[in-house]
Amino acid sequence: MDIDALAGCLSSSACLVTQTTSGLIIGMLLFLVAVGLTLIFGVLKVVNFSHGAFYMFGAYFAMTAYQLTGSFTLAMLAGATGTAILGLVFERVFMSRVYGADVLMQLLVCYAFVLIFDDVVRIIWGPEFKSMGMPSAFQVMPLFIAGGVVPPYYLLLIGVALLAAIVLGIGLSRSRIGKVIRAAAHNPGMVSALGINTGLIYGGVFALGGMLAGLAGALAAPVRSLTPGMGFSVLIESFIVTVIGGMGSILGALIGALLLGLIRSFGSLGFPLFTEGLMYLFMVIVLVSKPTGLFGKEAA
Amino acid sequence: MTELEAGRAQTLVPVRSAAALQRYRDVLIALIAFAVLASLPLFTGSKALLDFVIRCSAYGLFATSLNLLVGYTGLISFGHGMFFGLGAYSFGLIMQKLGVPIPMAFVTTLAITTVVAAIIGAICVRLKEIYFAFVTLAFQMLIHSTILSWASFTGGDQGLRGGIPRPVFLGIDLSNHVHLYVTSCALLILGLLAMRQIAQSPFGYTLRMIRDNAARASFLGIDVWRAKLAVFVLAALFASMGGMVMALFVSGAYPEFAYWTISGEAIFINMLGGVSTFLGPMVGTVLLLLLNDTVTRFTEYHGIVLGIVILFFALGLRKGLLDFAADWFAHRRETGEGR
Repeated sequence: MDIDALAGCLSSSACLVTQTTSGLIIGMLLFLVAVGLTLIFGVLKVVNFSHGAFYMFGAYFAMTAYQLTGSFTLAMLAGATGTAILGLVFERVFMSRVYGADVLMQLLVCYAFVLIFDDVVRIIWGPEFKSMGMPSAFQVMPLFIAGGVVPPYYLLLIGVALLAAIVLGIGLSRSRIGKVIRAAAHNPGMVSALGINTGLIYGGVFALGGMLAGLAGALAAPVRSLTPGMGFSVLIESFIVTVIGGMGSILGALIGALLLGLIRSFGSLGFPLFTEGLMYLFMVIVLVSKPTGLFGKEAA
Repeated sequence: MTELEAGRAQTLVPVRSAAALQRYRDVLIALIAFAVLASLPLFTGSKALLDFVIRCSAYGLFATSLNLLVGYTGLISFGHGMFFGLGAYSFGLIMQKLGVPIPMAFVTTLAITTVVAAIIGAICVRLKEIYFAFVTLAFQMLIHSTILSWASFTGGDQGLRGGIPRPVFLGIDLSNHVHLYVTSCALLILGLLAMRQIAQSPFGYTLRMIRDNAARASFLGIDVWRAKLAVFVLAALFASMGGMVMALFVSGAYPEFAYWTISGEAIFINMLGGVSTFLGPMVGTVLLLLLNDTVTRFTEYHGIVLGIVILFFALGLRKGLLDFAADWFAHRRETGEGR
């Protein structure tokens, strides 16, 4: 434990800014992964245990696209669309077969794909650590805010994630498709009786969730190292986020992810070895006091 | 006495004697199984085979104890591995730091497990399904993080090294490979027999009712929370026993024993073998360990092979192997009678 370091940081504005931005980065990436998870759970009532794999594929797709084209925009697009297609295929071919089945069976299918996807990445890209490298457009002087160092790429990352959150929030509550999705979450039988193809909605939601996770992976690729199995820690953390925020709640996912990001970045100063433990402790405290999560509704 | 009551009184007597009969049968099967396993070293000198059986004992105890929660009570725990790790670590630490006789450390570890499981269980079993799963997972990771960060006591990420002392007790020398083997088998058989008695007892049937309809159980005057807590603690005890066998086998304890993947493996074992039969998890244990051992010998990409096998079970059979076999036999008997 290193309480002095934490206290020292809290009293210096430079350190405060640096730690807060790094916390926001972690939080925003987690949000993109967790919101897909929570969306899939909300509509399909399936806990997608293989969601981390989409994050991983997003990062690898982006890296390959960047190496081939040299364009950062194309790399992001490749990460997002590649995983969207993957999500659609995965849902239609495999997950749709176990909707009626036991929760354990669904988990098992996902678990199988966690193992398979990790090995597929190992075969295609190799088992060693890879790095995409920071795109040249962002290799500029970092900004100094109140004495703290903030790389411009961080601002872009936060901006893109926020934009995704806003578009998603408005899209789900206002647009026609959003309303159909929410209706399908509530009563799929009725939606299907009204002549809407629920299978298409399920596939679409899964693709959307996969796309968001892939986008997170693509955004993370320049600042993280890429390795098979990289999705796993992200998956566990985004589970914590969804559970803290409340399963099925988008606002909950945002708040939960930001809280967790800040706990991580400040916790690593005060409790370098127990940072992970802090997150789990936080989750336990939230769940014990409010079992449905901060923004979760009582189960119907 | 009305006709109805008379009828019930008549059926009650044979049921009770059938239960006693089944108990004798279970004990007999256990004795035979132990005799077969214990005489194995007389026929083969293969150390690999004996090691395999010891590992099966550790994992089998652990996986079967999880089935008490998953299969019998419908409590899907994602953090059951914490008790496996807890058993391994507290046993190892007691032996290393205190140097007491092995049975003493064994009993103390069980006592520690009881206390920890009662505290964690009291918090967890109130929660429903997916939330129960995640809170148990969170506690597991909390214990794992504690083991990693409390390096001066637990050895941190290096694990508990330097070996676990194994003093001779009543002529049983656990540093002797055959003695260790026979002890592991004995613990496995005793543990399985005890769990079988729990599962077949009135308490076991209460658990099944809670699984199928908790509201009805509660209307019939059963304290659901207390019953769930009781089975949570009982399952933790047997998982801890499995952890101790593992600690004795590897002569140490490692953080992986408390990592969530060990819980994932146990769930997988249960699904592989089947959760609706008592011996399903045992079959699953043997299958998974065999699978792991053979696949890693042939390819470095064992994730793909394992994944495809899981998919075959989940999408193809849609149930564990022993469940599948049981259903198949039942179906065959039915069509046979119909003929």
